Amino acid sequence: MTPLLQVTDIAKFYGHRIGCKDVSFDLYPGEVMGIVGESGSGKSTLLNCLAGHLTPDQGQVNFDTRTDGLRDTVTMSEPERRMLSRTDWAFVHQHARDGLRMNVSAGGNVGERLMAVGARHYGDIRDSATDWLGRVEISADRVDDRPTAFSGGMQQRLQIARNLVTGPRLVFMDEPTGGLDVSVQARLLDLLRGLVREMNLSAIIVTHDLAVVRLLADRLMVMKDGHVVETGLTDQVLDDPQHGYTQLLVSSVLQV
Amino acid sequence: MINVENVSKSFTLHNQGAAVIPVMAEANLQVAAGECVALVGASGAGKSTLMRMIYGNYLAASGRIMIGDVDVAQAEPREILQLRRHVLGYVSQFLRVVPRVSTLDVVAEPLLATGTDRDAAHARAKTLLANLNIPERLWALSPTTFSGGEQQRVNIARGFAYDYPAMLLDEPTASLDAANREVVLQMIEAAKARGAAIIGIFHDDAARARVCDKEIDVTGFTPQAAA
Repeated sequence: MTPLLQVTDIAKFYGHRIGCKDVSFDLYPGEVMGIVGESGSGKSTLLNCLAGHLTPDQGQVNFDTRTDGLRDTVTMSEPERRMLSRTDWAFVHQHARDGLRMNVSAGGNVGERLMAVGARHYGDIRDSATDWLGRVEISADRVDDRPTAFSGGMQQRLQIARNLVTGPRLVFMDEPTGGLDVSVQARLLDLLRGLVREMNLSAIIVTHDLAVVRLLADRLMVMKDGHVVETGLTDQVLDDPQHGYTQLLVSSVLQV
Repeated sequence: MINVENVSKSFTLHNQGAAVIPVMAEANLQVAAGECVALVGASGAGKSTLMRMIYGNYLAASGRIMIGDVDVAQAEPREILQLRRHVLGYVSQFLRVVPRVSTLDVVAEPLLATGTDRDAAHARAKTLLANLNIPERLWALSPTTFSGGEQQRVNIARGFAYDYPAMLLDEPTASLDAANREVVLQMIEAAKARGAAIIGIFHDDAARARVCDKEIDVTGFTPQAAA
């Protein structure tokens, strides 16, 4: 089986400082990988390098494209990369307002992604927008409201609908449940798990919440100071951590 | 079906003076299809540790853990995930689920993960929950608010939803009343009859005597005894 994403030796520097360094991994279709680590450990830098928002200083990010097989997205031309980010990739930001257009209606936000890949029939676009709003549990009568009139949890679900409407194969998520209260968080996690299973999505989730990765991620990568210190099966890394830093991280979680 | 050879394990506590605690050495164990093996030994002897290593939850320091033709001690995460989805079931002592997901969906999930369609998975889940005497009015609720015994039965239903060829059972009858204990024992017997290789930890002597074909005392695998 070909990996969907093959990352080799990625490094990104901010001047002398290391953003992330020596990161390599393969991600297979249907796999969900979590990246954990404290603030400043380089996990968001890495995610942005993978998603094409930052250009890494070193290394390759090979993505299994639908037409040409594995292609390095770092050296790919900008239009090609943009096309991928509209069709095959999705990026769920921590703050929904970074991923949404706040002055466009909810339906418009979802429809825009469809129009970007060529959909033109207004009725069809509106129908699939409404369908997706339903799947993320936003009622159809809110389709014409702007995201500014939505709660934080609703905005986050709208962002997810906007991202998944084009049927991507790889979803990048940066703290998708950060800033949401726990009851909303639980519902969002359940929603994401269902979507991952039904659409056979692959996902890379950056978070500092170990409970979130335990429930969502198959595999885990632990980062510290820009380096990967431990990788493995999620429950194995959390229950039998090998590296000192991971042990510290796991033992520092407050028990409820 | 399950073949454990010369497995050892130690824990290194980096944040507590890098203490190294050897917990297991030269563990050997074979389970054939249709056989049930009980792990016995005092509390802390390493029964759950061994079981967790077989499930891939703990890393083995050395040795081989073969489940069918996969070596859990060496396998890639995705191979272990594949194994857990289709081959190796595990009923833990505690239920761990996404909050606010209905009991029915919790039980049906292993079936959905293997590609069973939704209706068939729900039908199977309903049968299991009914057999395990979980009242129907609770099926639509999340099991996180259930009593200990109810949670354990939900956990068992989930573990038995898919017909795994190999199963690990960590005290499946611990907090059950006589009637439910009987149901669970019958489920274990049925699993054996269809050819599942089972490793179990039972503190309930009568249950162990009834379903297990042999006993392995893990005290023999503690490093001091081996040295």
